[in-house]
Formats: sequence, structure tokens, C-alpha cells
Amino acid sequence: MNILEINDLKIGFTVHGFARDVVKGVDFRIPAGKTVALVGESGSGKSVISQAIMGLLPRAGAITGGSILFRDPETPDAVTDIATLPAEGKEIRDLRGGRIGMIFQEPMSSLSPVHTIGNQIEEALQLHRPMPKPEARVLIETMLKRVGFKDPTRAYDFYSFELSGGLRQRAMLAMALICQPALLIADEPTTALDVTIQAQVLDLMCDLQAEMGMAILLITHDLGVVANMADEVVVIYHGEIMESGPAEDIFRRPQHPYLKALLKASPHFDMQEGERLVALREARPRPPAAPKPAPAQQAAGQQAPLLAVRHLRKTYTTHSSRFFGKGTTSTVTAVDDVSFDIERGECLGLVGESGCGKTTLSKLIMRALTPDSGEIRFDDGKDCIDLLSLQGEALRGFRPKLQMIFQDPVSSLSPRMTVMNLLREPLVIHERGDGAEQTARVKALMDDVGLDQRFLSRYPHSFSGGQRQRIGIARALALDPELIICDEPVSALDVSVQAQILNLLKDLQAERGLTFLFISHNLAVVNYMADRIAVMANGRIVELAPRHTLFTAPVHPYTKALLKSVPFADLDRKLDFKLAAPGGASDTRHWPAGFKPDPDGEPLAHLDLGAGHLVLAKPGANVRELA
Amino acid sequence: MLLKYIFKRILVMIPTLFVTSVLIFTVINLPEGDYFETMVAEMQAQGEKADMSRVEFLKKEYGFDKPPAERYFWWVTGLLRGDMGYSFEYQLPVRDIVGDRLLLTMIVSFFTIIFTWIVAFPIGIYSATHQYSWGDYGLTFVGMLGLAIPHFLLALIFLYFANIWFGTSIGGLVDPQYLNQPMSWAKFKSVLEHLWIPVIIIGAGGTAGMIRKLRANLLDELQKQYYVTARAKGLPPGKALRKYPLRMALNFFISDIGDILPSIVSGAEIVAIVLSLQTTGPLLIRALQSQDMYLAGSFLMFLSFLTVIGVLISDIALAILDPRIRLQGTATK
Repeated sequence: MNILEINDLKIGFTVHGFARDVVKGVDFRIPAGKTVALVGESGSGKSVISQAIMGLLPRAGAITGGSILFRDPETPDAVTDIATLPAEGKEIRDLRGGRIGMIFQEPMSSLSPVHTIGNQIEEALQLHRPMPKPEARVLIETMLKRVGFKDPTRAYDFYSFELSGGLRQRAMLAMALICQPALLIADEPTTALDVTIQAQVLDLMCDLQAEMGMAILLITHDLGVVANMADEVVVIYHGEIMESGPAEDIFRRPQHPYLKALLKASPHFDMQEGERLVALREARPRPPAAPKPAPAQQAAGQQAPLLAVRHLRKTYTTHSSRFFGKGTTSTVTAVDDVSFDIERGECLGLVGESGCGKTTLSKLIMRALTPDSGEIRFDDGKDCIDLLSLQGEALRGFRPKLQMIFQDPVSSLSPRMTVMNLLREPLVIHERGDGAEQTARVKALMDDVGLDQRFLSRYPHSFSGGQRQRIGIARALALDPELIICDEPVSALDVSVQAQILNLLKDLQAERGLTFLFISHNLAVVNYMADRIAVMANGRIVELAPRHTLFTAPVHPYTKALLKSVPFADLDRKLDFKLAAPGGASDTRHWPAGFKPDPDGEPLAHLDLGAGHLVLAKPGANVRELA
Repeated sequence: MLLKYIFKRILVMIPTLFVTSVLIFTVINLPEGDYFETMVAEMQAQGEKADMSRVEFLKKEYGFDKPPAERYFWWVTGLLRGDMGYSFEYQLPVRDIVGDRLLLTMIVSFFTIIFTWIVAFPIGIYSATHQYSWGDYGLTFVGMLGLAIPHFLLALIFLYFANIWFGTSIGGLVDPQYLNQPMSWAKFKSVLEHLWIPVIIIGAGGTAGMIRKLRANLLDELQKQYYVTARAKGLPPGKALRKYPLRMALNFFISDIGDILPSIVSGAEIVAIVLSLQTTGPLLIRALQSQDMYLAGSFLMFLSFLTVIGVLISDIALAILDPRIRLQGTATK
């Protein structure tokens, strides 16, 4: 039996008087108790479909044709066409939250910060199943316990901002499921979460589905998540369905070229050495960039690393005042005794979950923050510079050697400057050449990153996310830096655009001999880009190894947990959800004794396992055995 | 916990008020001369003879021969003892001149604030939920008129039409026979009868501003994900609106209390002159013109005290209402 049948659904939006079809005749169904994944890039119309099912379309949008038939398993003979229900009528409101639950991407903003989560869950319950308060409280606490709150009685009175991202999404699940809906719509439920937390939340969704028998409509762009969760898959592109069918067919025998391309465009762990990602739409061809003049003396053999970081440490002191009480001062060590080298011409990957200190580390190297202690040496072959001692004019003179590419291509470009001014600014600041030379240089940069020179007079808002990131890359290249720090450069981009940008970075690195510090939380992306990878947890580098070694023979429990939590777009390698530690992988309590920091015992040290493979453990611990 | 916080906040008020008092004292003493010289000059201009010995005596009596710092000291310590000083112009203790007017000022301000809220709240909500509808445009237009028309002009228009349509004179706050009487039920009733006109006039600008602010705040909140969540639960739109976005928009409303008190009190002064209200406004303006130092200074101090109290009230209310402020800084669980 199908809970939901969508027939020839058309949805139009009217913006500035122009009517535009966003969903153009979509058909699919959701069988009872099954999971259907709706896959597509941003702007494909997948979220709009979910809004239409809930009757929550924005004011500018309207269903212009087709039907959404909902058949409640409790009353299988009655069929409701949601498309014809009045938007704020009683019928649709009874379905919403009562028979169809929904969870969203951003668990922080989805919950009201000024109401306790218990209050918000109870509201949903009382709306659809009115009952006396004590009874409701019991039911809610049972539900909170079911979704993983250790102390549901206390959790009832928590506010959302007191919870971590994973717990917030669990609270959302409790709220969506408290009325035992027949259908749960999950709109990118784990996109904002770290991989280990993602694995836990997905696991919880599977368990709850088995218990309550609801159907799930899973909206996502992540094929790895789809392979692990979905019974049926619907692939949507520009408001039209490209392919749909059982997951088996979709993954083993993809028919439509779009789906094949989508599978090829996402980086994965099994890529061969030198294999390239195939972008969905090939970017416009660009001439190879001129190689950078080789550094003056190339001493063969022993060459000092380009950047050497030693025992870097940064603590933040937060004065956390409980508003009505005495303030307590707590110290957070964001970067703790971090040492590593970056060799000339290599790409060092830096991986870790949110809050592990990787962004702080990049800011320390950029001298945007000042470390408490430690040393950073920069050796460009001519002279060796102690980065932390640079001041004033000397620091300004050094800046061109070290540039940065940022995560968010929207906020990292000034909306009031044309592309020409954006790219020229670094040249002007460092007084490189006269006006004509600068213009010529900017034009060459546009070629280098594959953008048309005619775009120079435009403003950033007229570009897509991928194009903006290209501008960001061109700006970082403008001063011919020795080292570029890429801080999550593709995490805000769609899969297809991500492939283009990653390929561009790879090409530029090969052509110009660039050196990258590549920061990302996405292991597959780092795997594609990096030569060596450093894994960071709780402010420390827990493991550092050449790429291949790290992925085939990880030693540290944190690295292993990370690797195990990444969902593969492959039906034969489903995730073992249960492996993930309850508190997330960075919870040191679940690490084996040999890796656990011990406040009384010896401090942890980096053990050399040979071939450049370092792991943080107790000195003298037999790591191979522990692992 | 809450008591401790309030205590801390009151401690913070002390330096604030101290700095304000220094500023007020300096600004009033900035112009050349003092009240007596102004008086003598005025009398001479009118061809009268000033009794210079009396002026000298008064100057000495009120310490005008002493350095400003000392005068400041006496003034402030006097204030602390509840002695607001002596008005030269009225030749009465400031307290006796101001007392009744302060009460009336507070009544007018209180009702103006209530009026502002009662009118602004529903209109702001309507405008936000019916954005770009005719109702929104119409109310926005009326609100803009309220913002753009100066108070005193509005007061004059009201005076004129009230006279033509109702044949009443709306000047003043009480019937003349109660003017110097102690507060009584009859007097209070008389005040209420006269109150509505100044309240509407003084409140007009504030109301319009409040409507715009509430509309903008609410529009922001209506875009937020948690409102969609609330509707996805099946809440009827009105209830969802009241419980979530409105609650969030309240924050700004409350933090506005601190601003609204002084702006109403000071914005009301010119209106008070036009409508000849017996509030403190006209008194203050006259006192400032004639450099009646203690009257003006003490009165301004009273205003700043009101402001600081207003901010205190809004801070405490915010802390009670918003758990993010109350629980700020505690670790995630």
C-alpha cells in the first residue's frame, strides 16, 4: 500500500511578477513503512516538494497542477488529496504533525530558543492527541529516552541552545514522532552534523522506523546517505524526475546519464591514484597556468620544509557568567601542542570534526591569532623566517607568501566591489606593478581559474557559488603565494560544482607547484586532494600519515571511528551504525587505554610507526597491539 | 540569584548617575554668567534699577562666589538628602515647585506608554502578517504621518478641531479649580478627562516608530525555521504566531522601555507648552533659559534617574523572559 502518491505534481513560483515552474510534473510514491530518498542538487525542487506535501509552501509558491494523495494506514479507505486542501484549513493542520511529521536541516534554528524542548514536544502532542498533563509528560519522557537522552526528566526542561547539534536533532525527531505519524519527512536531516553524529542519527531513524512502522521521505544530496538508508530512490533535476526505482536498481544499474554523472562526481575512498573526478557539467576549458619561476637554489636531497610548526598552543579563556550568579572562568585549549611540517609542493590535509581546533590552527598560521606558545618557521628556500616574531612592516612584507581560500564564497567577497577590484586589491595593497600591469595580471588570473574576462566588471552577487569560489581562488593566487590555506573550500558547494573546484585546485597545484594546507571535515574530499593527512581531535593532532596509509591502516581510534562513519554510495558496504561512540568519536572516554590522555600519568607523545606515520599515544604503548 | 543580579545592576547605576550629574552641572554652567547676572541684565534692559546689594547677598548665600567644584559638591550631597535646592526665579524650594508637576508628568508618561503599546502591537502584527497588502500600506502611511508631523503641530490641530467639533477647550491637564489642590478622587477624574488628548499627541510619533520596529522585527522572525517547525506541528497560524515569533519580537519591545521613558518625557515638553499642561516640561525649558541652576539641574537629574531605572526594569524583565540571557554561558549538555 502506498501512503503517499504524487501524480503529475506541478508547482509554480511567482517572483517579481514572473511566474516560473519549479516542479514540472513529478510522479512518485511512498510505500508504507519504507524509506524513499529524494535526491538532487540545490535548486532541483526537492525541498519545494516536501513543503507542498506539508502544505507549507511559501506565499510566492502554489501548486499549479497534479495531486498529492495521502492514504492514512489507520483509515486505509479514505484518501485525501493534499493538493486541494486549503493551506491553513483544519484538515491539513490535522495531518501536519499528527500524521506527517517533519524534521529539518538546521536543528539549531528549527527549535525555539525561548521554550524548553519539553514544552515544544508537548505542544505537538496536545494538538493531536489531547491528554492530561501528567500523562503527556510520561509519554514525552519515554520518547526522549527513546531518542537517546540519558536523563529524560531533566532533558524535558532543557532549552535547545543548551544541547549539542546531535542532541538537538534527536529532540526534533522526538517532536516529529511523538504523535506516531504515518510519514516522516526528513529534509537533509544530517547535513549540518559531523559524520559520526550523522551515523548515530541515521541509525536512530532506522530503529524508530522499525519500531513505529512509519514511512520516511528522505531528502538529501548525499548519495552515501541514500545508499545506507533508502529502499527506493527518486532522482530529481531541475524539477523533473530523472530516474526512480528501488535502491538496488539505481545503484547497480543506473540508466540515466545524470545519475551516472552524479555518482562519478562525488569523491570516494576507492579512487585510484591519479583518477580524476568527472564534473557533472564540465567547466569551460582553460589554458594551463604559467608555471611559477622555480625558487633560486634547489638544494637536492635535504630540503627544509616550507612550513614547520612546532608545539603550537592556543587557549581561550571564556568568562562564562551565569547571568544571575558568580562568573566562572574556564579555559579551553583550542590548539594543544601541535607540530607538523608542510613540504614544498605537497598538499597536507587537515581533518577533524567541528570544534576540534582546525580553524583556530589556520588562523594562528595566518597570524590572525597569536598563539600562547610554540614556533612557526617558514622557509621559502631563500631565507628562513620566524613567523611569530614578524611585526609591522616585516609582517606586511611576508603576507603575500601566505594566502587563504575561505569556506563561504558569499561572505568572503565584498558585495560592493567588482571582480576587477576584488582581484586587484591585493596587487594594490602590495604595490605590484603599475595600473596596466595590474590589469593584465587580473586578466591572466581570470584565465587561470577558468572565468571569462568579460566578467571583470560584474559584482559577486551575479555569480553562482562555484564561480564565486573561483574568484576567491583567483584572489588567493594574485600575489603568487608559496602556501595557500584552503579552509573547507568546497563544503558550501553542490556535488557537481565541488568536483569542478577540486579539479581546478589540483590542476593549479600541478601547474604552478603550489603548496596547500587543505582543511576539511569531509574525508573523501581530503582523500582526493591530500598527499599526507593530519587528523585532529580535541585540539591535538592524533594521527598523521601519508594518505594511503591513513585510509588503509589507521591506528588511532578516532581516525578509525571517522573512517567508519563515512557513508559510502555503495550498497555492498553499508555502515555499521553501532560502531559510533555515543558521545561522538572525539569522546576520549571511549578510546582504548593506550590513547587516553591521563592527567596523572605520562603525557601522550607522537609515536613514529615508520614511513611518516605518527600517532598520538602513551609513550611505550604497543600501538600495533592496541589497535 | 535574581536578587544578586539586581543588586549588581543597581551598583552599576551609581557611576552612571555620577557621570550624568557632572555632565549636567558642567553644561548648565557653560554659558557666561549665572542666573543673577541674567536677571540684572534683564532688569537694566527694562530700565529698572537692580538692587545690587541684594544680588551680592544672594550670590554669597547660594555659594556663587565659591569655585564650581564646591558648588557641585553641595548640590549633589543635597540631592542625596532629598534636597533639590532652591529656585531663584520662583524663590521657592525646587521640591515645592516640581512636586505636583512630577506626578502629572509621570501620569502622562505612563498612559502614553500604555497607549503606544495598545495601538502599536496589533497594528504591527497585522502589518507584518499582511505584508504588502492594502491594509499594510494604509497603516504604514498613517504611521508615517504620525512620525513626520511634529508634535506641536499635531497639538495645534487637535486644539482647533476639538474646539470646533466638541466646543471644548482641551488645554491643561486638570480643571483650573483643582490646580493647586492636593490629589483627590475628583482631581484624578478631572485629570483623566483631560488626559486623552496629550496622550494621543505625545504617543503618535512613538506609536508610529513602534509599529515600524515591530513590523520589521516580526517579519524577520516569521522567516525563521522554528516558525515553520511550529506550523509543521499543525499549530493554527494565529497560535503559532503568538507563541513563537511574537515572543521573540517581545525582546526588543522590552529593551525599548529604557529608551521610551526619557523620550516621552522630553518629547512632551513642547506639546505641554502648546497645550499648557501643568507638567514639568514648560518649567524645565523656562529654567534652562534663565539659568535657574538648581531647578534645571535637579530636574534633569530626575530625568536621568528615570532613564536608568527604565533600563534596569527592561534588563531585569529580559533576563526573566529570555532563557538565553538567563542561562548564558552554561556549558552545553
